[in-house]
Formats: sequence, structure tokens, C-alpha cells
Amino acid sequence: MSSALEVRGLTKHFAGPREHFWSHSARIHAVDDVSFTLRPGRITALVGESGSGKSTVAQVLARLYDPTAGQIVFEGRNATGRARRPEVLRYRSQVQMIFQDPFGSLNPVKTVEHHIARPLLIHRLTKREHVRMRVHELLQAVGLVPPQQFAAKFPHQLSGGQRQRVAIARALAVEPAVLLADEPISMLDVSIRIGILNLMLKLKEELGIAFLYVTHDIASARYVADEMLVMYAGQIVEQGPTESVLQDPLHPYTRLLLSAVPDPETGVHGKRLEARPRRGAVDLLGGCRFVDRCPLAIDVCLSVPPKLVTARLDHSARCHVTAPAPIDREDDRVEHLH
Amino acid sequence: MTLVVETLPVTTAQEQSALVELRGLVVDYVGSERRVRAVDHVDLAIAPGEIVGLAGESGCGKSTIAHALLQILRFPAEVAEGSILFGGRDLATMREQELRRFRWRNVSLVFQSAMSALNPVMRVGDQFVDMMRAHEPVRKRDALARAGDLLELVGIDRARVRAYPHELSGGMRQRVIIAMALALRPELVVMDEPTTALDVVVQREILQQVQDLQRELGFAVLFITHDLSLLLEFANRIAIMYAGELVEVASAETLFRSPRHPYTVGLMSSFPPLTGPLERMTGIPGSPPDLAQPPPGCRFHPRCPHCLAGGPLFARQTTERPELRRIAPEHLVACHLVEEET
Repeated sequence: MSSALEVRGLTKHFAGPREHFWSHSARIHAVDDVSFTLRPGRITALVGESGSGKSTVAQVLARLYDPTAGQIVFEGRNATGRARRPEVLRYRSQVQMIFQDPFGSLNPVKTVEHHIARPLLIHRLTKREHVRMRVHELLQAVGLVPPQQFAAKFPHQLSGGQRQRVAIARALAVEPAVLLADEPISMLDVSIRIGILNLMLKLKEELGIAFLYVTHDIASARYVADEMLVMYAGQIVEQGPTESVLQDPLHPYTRLLLSAVPDPETGVHGKRLEARPRRGAVDLLGGCRFVDRCPLAIDVCLSVPPKLVTARLDHSARCHVTAPAPIDREDDRVEHLH
Repeated sequence: MTLVVETLPVTTAQEQSALVELRGLVVDYVGSERRVRAVDHVDLAIAPGEIVGLAGESGCGKSTIAHALLQILRFPAEVAEGSILFGGRDLATMREQELRRFRWRNVSLVFQSAMSALNPVMRVGDQFVDMMRAHEPVRKRDALARAGDLLELVGIDRARVRAYPHELSGGMRQRVIIAMALALRPELVVMDEPTTALDVVVQREILQQVQDLQRELGFAVLFITHDLSLLLEFANRIAIMYAGELVEVASAETLFRSPRHPYTVGLMSSFPPLTGPLERMTGIPGSPPDLAQPPPGCRFHPRCPHCLAGGPLFARQTTERPELRRIAPEHLVACHLVEEET
């Protein structure tokens, strides 16, 4: 299958706090060696807890930050580093972002029409006289009908869900190949969230858009996503087809996440969390980043960082125990014998 | 005053031995031109040791109820009608001095945002001391020792009494707030979206802890959230609120197995399942009404799939407000449709 966007070894470090005024600042490994592919007409969910680096991935892909290392391959070319202006414009129009907060992402003194017409004019996609028609078309596509009425409204006259639809229409205006949706429903009322998810499904099916859906809500990820990436402490710890990851998770962190999701069938005490509490700062340099919370940890986890290993068809995980690397298996056996 | 609350079976009949009772509570926000009715004739009783969930979307009035319960409504909000009884006594008759003692000792509140509820320039322990000294004469050393005990109760190392709020993670801060809310052994703890800002994993850890503590200490909980799936798991009884009104009240089990109000049904189908077959879901069309201009008749009718123009009930649905009626011993619904059927 063709790819819309390919991410190779993406790494982003931020400068952290300094111990003394003269010392070098610590490095925060927000994203570490992340690789995946977004495909046309497919939704890829990126799930993880807050601080796992999932939003940073989306922001680097939107070119809001430059990556520290790694490549973003778009239309056969690396889009990072110093690209020429037409290339930058092309990338920015083809890879669009939808933000979490529909209250902050729209200009309060401009109408809906202004928001959607702007990208059309900036990227010179539509002749001036056709702009209004195209705006109405887009409003219709995101379910804001009658479009004439919505086009004239100001953001404060719209509900959260409607604003998010305007943000989506604006992103669609430039006919993008890729949409990056960063927690697009987490600030919306519960009863209208499904509507936005359904819109994403419709856009992927009808327009063949490649979606990256960044979220902490696994149930909503299951609802829309074809493929799932689970992130922990800056790394992808599990990756595979959604149903395969959720019904038969490999990584203990994925299992922990799943056991934490409210499920009326069981009750809070029906399934106690199996992970141990966080022990606080551990030396990340040595072993697995999840080792301090992991119920399955063995000796090797403390010293050797696990690699992302393909354990099943299209399904890989970063765990010494559940997805041992072919070479490690020998060592494991020896250790268990002792 | 010692308040040792006995742990009662969670299914006590609410009416006889209510700890707190809202009777026809109406709260208005008073503007210069008009009054906006945020809470409209709400009747709700909470029994000792019961966990009651209050679910609804933003702006439905659920937090206003929490504030009314602690009598901390500020202008422009005011209780326009109805009363709140605590242990049979009307809160409106209490003097400010009494209310100061009543808050925190009898009813405490856990806010959504732990960061803004804690003083950022004061050590956690000192904040406990302040709070305890406001209620009883206690030496600082003793108060600090008790603060340590309380922190251990919620799973935080007692040495953390020396920590400043910014040195704690979001989950730990929320635990500190919960420990504070429990410090004077109140009979009711009101939790207003206590875990909304937290990760699912941390959320579950905290809920398990609250439930353990509740079983041990026997306090009642009013748990306010927009997350119905959480309540179905955590609460004994659930009240669903829409546009200022209660539309359905039932035990968590009943609500999960057989919800009756179309809004409740819609909410239930707004949470995609994590297991089992996956179908295209619909959610609820439209958006919650503006309380300044609520729709006439049933407030849910513009979004209701059963309210069709030309239908036999259309006239009633669009003009007459449905009343909260009992359809089973522990099941109340406010819906013309359900009324007709029963």
C-alpha cells in the first residue's frame, strides 16, 4: 500500500531545567526514535498518557517544531531540515492539523467564512469569485447545514462541536493528504463526540485522507482507528492493527491502560490494576523505561533497553518478556535456569 | 464534636434516612436583564454512606448544585426556591458562623483542578494545619502528625508534608485534596470532576482508593462528572441531569441494564465499547440548549429521536414539561413517552 507520510526515527529533545546556572541543561527525551507510516484512507491512532510525547509527535509532523533527528518523508522527499519555500508551502498545505481546543483555534472577531476562505486565498486554490461557493461546500461536508447561515456566524455563536467542525472544514479547504488530529474531541461534550469521530470516518472513506489521531481515550481510538501506536515515555512500545493490539495486547503498559478504562460490566474492583506504582525517578539510560511500573519485569529489563520486535503479523512491541528479540531468547533461557 | 459515621449498607432506602436532601432546589443566575435558571426544581436525597453520581454535560447545572450544597454560591447565583436539608436541618437557616463549621466538618468538596485548590507558596502540611486550626484548637505539631497520617491514608509518603504543591504530580495533588477533604471525617464528600484532568491509569488508582476509604470510613459521596461510564462503575445510584433538570434517577445497575430516558440512552451510546462488536454509533444530534432560552416543553425534545412532528405525543412534548415520575421503586424518569407507556 502506498504511504501518505512516512516517519523514520523521529527524535525530539527539549532543553530541560538546569541544575546550576553554569551547568548544561538536562535533555528531555520527548520523542525518541519513533517510526511509522500514515496511509491514505486509514486512521492511525497514537495513544498514551499525558507527557508520553504523543502531542509532540503531531506537532513535529505539523512542522511546528524541527525534529532533533529523523526524517519525515512526504511525496518521496524528506520534509525536515532546510527545504525551499515552495516545498514548505506544499507540505504545510498537504499536512493539516486540528487542535484540541476549538475555543482557542478560531479568531473571535472573524466569521466562519473568513476562517475557511483564508487558506483558499493564501494557497491560491480557488478563484476569488468562487471562494464563497467553495466555503459553502466545505461547511456542507463537515455537517454544518444550512451553510449560508453558518458562514456568517462568529465563533462565540457556535457550540464546541460546531467550532471543531469549522476547524476541520478549514483544514480540509486546502485538500490535504494528511490530517493530524490532536485530541480533537477531549474538550467537547460527551454527547457530541461521536459526531466528530463519525465525521473523521466519513472523511477517510470519501476523501481518502490519512489521519493521525492523537488521543488518550482508547475506546474512541478503537472506534475509528485501523492501526494503533501506543506511546510511553517518548517511545512507541506497541504497534499493530487496532483489534489485534486491543484484544491481545503484548506490552504490559498497553495492558495497564486497558485495565484502567472504566467498564460498567466489572466495577472498579472487578479488575485491580496490576502495575506497581511509580517509584519516582529511575535511571532511564539503563534498561526499559517502563521497568519501574512493570509487573513482568525480569533482570534483563533493568540493564538492556528493549527493541521494537515484530512478534506477530504486523504487530510489534518493545518488551523483553512478551516480545523477546530473536537473539535475546537464548540468554533468557539461561537466566531462567539459574 | 465527634462524628463517627457507621457504615450502612449501600442500598438503604434513601427517603427515610436521608443525610442530605435537596427539595425543589432552584438556583438562578441573576443578570441585569434576565434570570438564567441553572438548576430547576431538583429533588435528590443522599443516604449516609451512599455514593451518588450526578452526570451531565457542561453547563447543565451540576457544579452549581455542588456549590449550593456547601452554600458557597456567589452573586450572581442565588437559591431562588426550594431548600437543602442536612440531617433534617435547612441550611438556609444557618448563620454564617455555623456554616463555617458545617463546611468541611460535615460536607467537604474536592474540586476538579487540584493546582488551583492548593496554595502554591505554602507547604502541603501547613495547609492541613491551617484547615484543622480553623475548625478546632489543635497544636501545630499534632496537626502536622495528623496531616502525615492522612497523606498515608491516600498512599502518599508522610514525609511529603514538607513538599510544596509544585513538587507533586497531578495525581498526587488530587490525592492531597482528597486527604484534606477527609481530614475532619465529614459525612458527605462532594467530588466535582475530581479525576477529569488526570490520566486513565491515575484516575483508576484514585477511584479505587476513594472506594476503599469510603468502605472503611463510611462517608457518603456525591460524585459529579460528565463521564457516565465512570459512574456506572463507581456509583450506587446515578442522577442524570440535562439543562438544569434531573431527567432520570436510578441505581447504577438499573441505569446500565435498562435506561429509559432518551437522553440517558443517547449518553450510553456515546461511549464506544472497548470490547465486543463495534457498530457505527450515533451519539446525540444537536447540542445542549442555552439555558437563557431553554426550549419549551421537554427540554430535550429538539434532540430527541422520539419527538417527531406529527407524532401522537408531539404537542405534549413541545409544550408541557414532563415531571420526574417513579416507574419502579428505585427508578425515576421525566419523559412523556415513558409516562404514556407505563
